[in-house]
Formats: sequence, C-alpha cells, structure tokens
Amino acid sequence: MSEFRNGAPPIEVHDLTVAYRKKPVLWDIDFKLPEGKLIGMVGPNGAGKSTLIKAIMGLLPLVSGFVRIYGKPLESMREIIGYVPQRESVDWDFPTDALDVVTMGRYGKLSLFGRPTAGDKAKAMDALKKVGMSDFANRQISQLSGGQQQRVFLARALVQDAQIYLMDEPFAGVDASTEKAILELLHELKSKGKTLLVVHHDLNTVAEYFDWVMLLNLRLVKLGPVNEIFNNENLRLTYGGKLNLLSEMAEKIGRTP
Amino acid sequence: MDYLELTARFFSLTDANVRIVVAGSVLLGAIAGAFGCFTFLQKRSLIGDAIAHSTLPGVAFAFLILGEKQLHWLLLGAAISGWLGALAFNAIVRYSKLKLDAALGIVLSVFFGLGIIMLTFIQKSGAGAQSGLDKFLFGQAAAIGRADVLILAISGVVMLLALLALYGRLKLLTFDSGFAASLGINVGLLQFILTTLLVVTVTIGLQAVGVVLMSAILIIPAAAARQWTDKLSKMILLSALFGMISGILGAYISFLKPHFPTGPWIVIVAALIFSLSILFAPQRGLVSRLRRHLHNRRSMTQDHILKVLFKAGMDSRSWKEFTPRMQIAQMWSFTKGELGRGLRKLVAKGQLKKEGNMYRLTESGVNAGARVTRLHRLWEVYLARYLELPQDHVHRDAEEMEHIITPEVEKKLEEMLGYPLLDPHQQEIPYFDKVEK
Repeated sequence: MSEFRNGAPPIEVHDLTVAYRKKPVLWDIDFKLPEGKLIGMVGPNGAGKSTLIKAIMGLLPLVSGFVRIYGKPLESMREIIGYVPQRESVDWDFPTDALDVVTMGRYGKLSLFGRPTAGDKAKAMDALKKVGMSDFANRQISQLSGGQQQRVFLARALVQDAQIYLMDEPFAGVDASTEKAILELLHELKSKGKTLLVVHHDLNTVAEYFDWVMLLNLRLVKLGPVNEIFNNENLRLTYGGKLNLLSEMAEKIGRTP
Repeated sequence: MDYLELTARFFSLTDANVRIVVAGSVLLGAIAGAFGCFTFLQKRSLIGDAIAHSTLPGVAFAFLILGEKQLHWLLLGAAISGWLGALAFNAIVRYSKLKLDAALGIVLSVFFGLGIIMLTFIQKSGAGAQSGLDKFLFGQAAAIGRADVLILAISGVVMLLALLALYGRLKLLTFDSGFAASLGINVGLLQFILTTLLVVTVTIGLQAVGVVLMSAILIIPAAAARQWTDKLSKMILLSALFGMISGILGAYISFLKPHFPTGPWIVIVAALIFSLSILFAPQRGLVSRLRRHLHNRRSMTQDHILKVLFKAGMDSRSWKEFTPRMQIAQMWSFTKGELGRGLRKLVAKGQLKKEGNMYRLTESGVNAGARVTRLHRLWEVYLARYLELPQDHVHRDAEEMEHIITPEVEKKLEEMLGYPLLDPHQQEIPYFDKVEK
C-alpha cells in the first residue's frame, strides 16, 4: 500500500460543482481528506450527501472541478476505492444469492472477459464471514433482513481490497446488532490504515462513531475533527437552512432554458 | 390431409421445409427467451416492444429501394431502423424531462405509424401487392427459408457467445449499474451492447413472430421462468426453453392452419406456459402459496384446540377429564369443519385421546398446550414492558405471535424477560412442560 503514501491526501476535491439537469445540487466543494481516519458525513435531507459520494466515484458528470485520489486522476485509481451504495438503490428480489452479490465486488480486478475464479469466491466467502453472514451465503437475497442485506453490501466492498471506502448510509434501517457489527468493521478497517468516508443520518452517534466529521448542505459547511467542529453552532449552520437564496438560485438555473 | 397426418409430418421432421421452420423457431425462441431475461429484470421490458415496432419503416424502406423482396436487405433495413428507434427513445429520455414509459410509447407509435403508411403505399403500387410484406406484421413461420435459417444460426451462435462472455457483467449491470460503474466497468458500452443484441433478436424474429407481438416472446418466457427459480443462470436457461417451446408449438399450429399468422399462436402458447407457472411453480406459485396458507390456518386451529383444553385444566393442574366435542366447539370460534379436522389431526399426532365424542389431552398434548399458552402470555409481557402498551392492547397481537414464535425466539424472550410468572392480565405463565423434561 505504501505506493499510495506519496504525501498526497487520499481524496482531494477541488472546486467541485454538480448539477442534475442543470440545477446545481453541490456548490464549489473544496476539501482534502486526511489519511487513515473514519470520517462521518452529515447534513439534512437533500444536502447532496449521496451526490458527493457519487461525484467522487465519477458516477456523475461534473459542472466544474476535479477529484484526485492520492494526487492522481480517479480513473487510474478506481481499484483502491470501495463503494457501498444505499441499500434501497437495488431491487433485492433479483434472482441471486448473497455469495454471488459479494463476488460482484471482484469484477473490478478481472480482465475484460474474465470470470470470477475459485480464489475470488473464496475471498467473497471470507468477506461474508467477516460480516457474520457465512451461514447465509447461499440464501436468496430477498429472504435476508434489512440488516443482513446491508452486511452483504459491506462484504461486497470488502472484497474490493480497497484503500479508501465510500459508504452511503450503511447504518440506515439496520438492527442494533448489525449496527454494532458494522461499526466494529469500520474500526478494523481504520486500524489497517484505510480511509473511510461514511454518510450518516444519526446526529446522536456522530461523536461516538467518527474521528472526523464533514458537515454538508449544498456546500461544504465544515470539515474537521469531531471534537473541534461538531458543535451546536456549526450544526445550526448546517441544518438551519438559512441559505434560501442559494436554493432559490439553484431552482432558477434549473429552469433557465 | 387430416391433422393427424400433418402432425406426424411436422414432428417427424422428414420434410425439409418443416425442418427449416422448426430450426428457425427453436433458435429464435431460445435467443429471445434468454435475452428477454435482462430487460425483464431491468424492468425495461417494453424496450423490446418499441424496438420491434421501430423495425417496420426499415423493412418498407429497403423494399422501396430494391423494388423486390430480398430478405437479408429487408432485415438489415429492419435492424437499422430498430436501432434508430432505440436511439430515439434514449435521446428523448436524456434531453427532455419525459420518462422512459412515455418515450417508448411515442417512439413505438410514431415508427409503427410511419411503417404502416409506407407499407400501404407499397401494396397499392402494383409490384408490391405480392410482396408478402404484410407477413412481417404478425409473422409467418412457414415463410422462413433455408437462407434465413443460416442467418438465424449464425446470429444465434454469435449471440450465445456474447452471452457467455458477458454473462457476469450483464448480471452486475442489471442488478446494480451504479456499483458496476464504480468498478470502472463501462456501463454505457455494456448497455449499448445489450440494446444491440436486443435489436438483432427482434430483427431475426420478425418473420416468425412479426412486429406487433415480438415483445411477447421477450417478456413472457422470462416472466414465467422467474416463477420457478431464484438463480439467474437457471432463469435464463428456463426462459430459453419456454421460448423454444412457444416457437415450435406456434409454428406447428400455423403448419396445421396455414392461413393463420404464427405470431399470435406463439404468444398464446407462451401465455399458457406463463399461466401454468404463475399457478403451479413451487414457492412463488399461487397454488403452493394457497397450500401454505391453508396449512398455517390448520396448524393455528390445532394450537387453539390445545390451548383451550390446556387452559380448562390449568387451575386444577389436571387434564384427565374428557370434554365433549360440543363443549370444545363453544370454547373458541371454530368453524365446524376446521374443528373436526383439527381434532382428528391431533388424535393422529397423539396429542389428544378420543373416547366416543369426548376428548382429553395426552401428556404431549398438555405440553404443547402449555407452550402455546406460554408464548401468548410471554409476548403480552414483552409488549407491555418494552412497548409500554396498556394491557388491553396486547392480546390481539399475541394471538398471532403464539403461532409463529420459533424455539430460538422463545428462548430469547424468556431470557430477556427473566422468566416472568404472570402476564399483564395477572394470569399464570406455565413453564412446567419444560421442567418435567
């Protein structure tokens, strides 16, 4: 992993603006993430949290700005980023089992027409074990509970063998034991020097779960260590919504032909 | 010639023409069935419909230029215009605020309308009258010729190879395209390939199935196959099989009645397979779901019989007395049939003893009754304690839970609640079926 430790930050986002159908949903985002930290991202509904994750992953066209991974363009660095999308983003009635979904995480490492090997399956099995799901490997995914489905998604990211993890609401709608298991997993990854950016919805647990926090509401409000910036004043800035003008102008741009 | 003789001629495959028609139908059904699975699972099934209707102007245009019917040129025209149709609805979705369903509806009807105008024009002009282009509307399997089968076979092999090579990635694209893109997989290109394969499928199906009903053979076999399996690879194989069966039987019926178009018969056969699947598939089928439901109801009735008889003897701790059936009937709102069946079943299980028209619990019956009663009351305690529900709110929920709590959940409940002795109604919670063991 040392080849990445070139002094450049794991993720640098520079002057990033993202729009849906011309309507800006993120304005001039600018930050550098520190390495090896567990970073929570919070902000109200519609603040653009998922959008920022997707923009970093290159899944959305950028109006302006760029993303650098350890100082390099995203395309050459995809292999070291693991992604956990929101659980609701897929149809869980899809005809497949848990092991198969986890194996999908290996496709980034395969050649053009390559198929997953026995080694890939073994890695997938290991990952399922790590999230406490080895008994459910051959279970049809619609028969898993919400928490179990979330664990499968995490396992799929684990087999990516990544250095950076981007996770979209991994704690949403899971049971208490899954929440604990996920948290342990995040800490384990951190202890191995991985950098984790995690969208989170529960303000009550931010201080307990994360080292750093990113406060987001259409623009980057604050980014820093939890004990320094996670306070009422900054939360008011984030959730107070007194940026009506920004939203108003965004709507206007969206309507401009 | 009578039907029997025709049937023999068809299925013995001695006739070269029949062989060609069968080969063509099998190939087409298999390809359409297999690739239909992906659009079906992407919930974009009607894309096939729009593409199929979009092929018509291409067919007519090719004929207008050539002035005669040369099949491969007509099919090439069909493929190109089918492609333009796909391009059109993608562009509409991308550059307007319309959603895919509206875009498909627009493209489908506009291209088809255009095709019909051109077709009418051709038929009115002398040479076109015998062109047989109208066969492209509803299909005529008998029109498949030797050269066509060659085209079918070549494209079939190419598409099969494409499926094998891309299977894993198509699965990933269909299940979670965002994640696929995050891995660096070129999702746009993959979707482009899938659309192209769909255009090819539709094009080679034009003769046998026709423009109007082509989408049916892309959707119905896939929907039917989904009922039988939870594994994509099996679903694709099954769907291909269903497509083949529909193709062959459709061709067979239109062989018996040559003046009927083939497409509608293929659809009818496919629909029959679909109906059987919806009804009789294990797990997902209606019949098996109904059976499970009935089974549940019956085991609930048995639980209720055990419970009322257990509760009747609970105070005296004695269950030696026989109770007349009439009296049991009044202890719970049993219907007559279900009580009789439940009693019979419990006697057979050895949980009830019968003498004349009277019943009493055996030892295992007492234990089973104690368990149902305990689960009911434990759940009431749980609700009252953890959800802080008042005691008049807890009974109805517990009435359901007593039947479905598993031994694992039971253990968890007991440990969590600390083996309570009384329920919220101050009634005893029995444990002695456990102690005795």
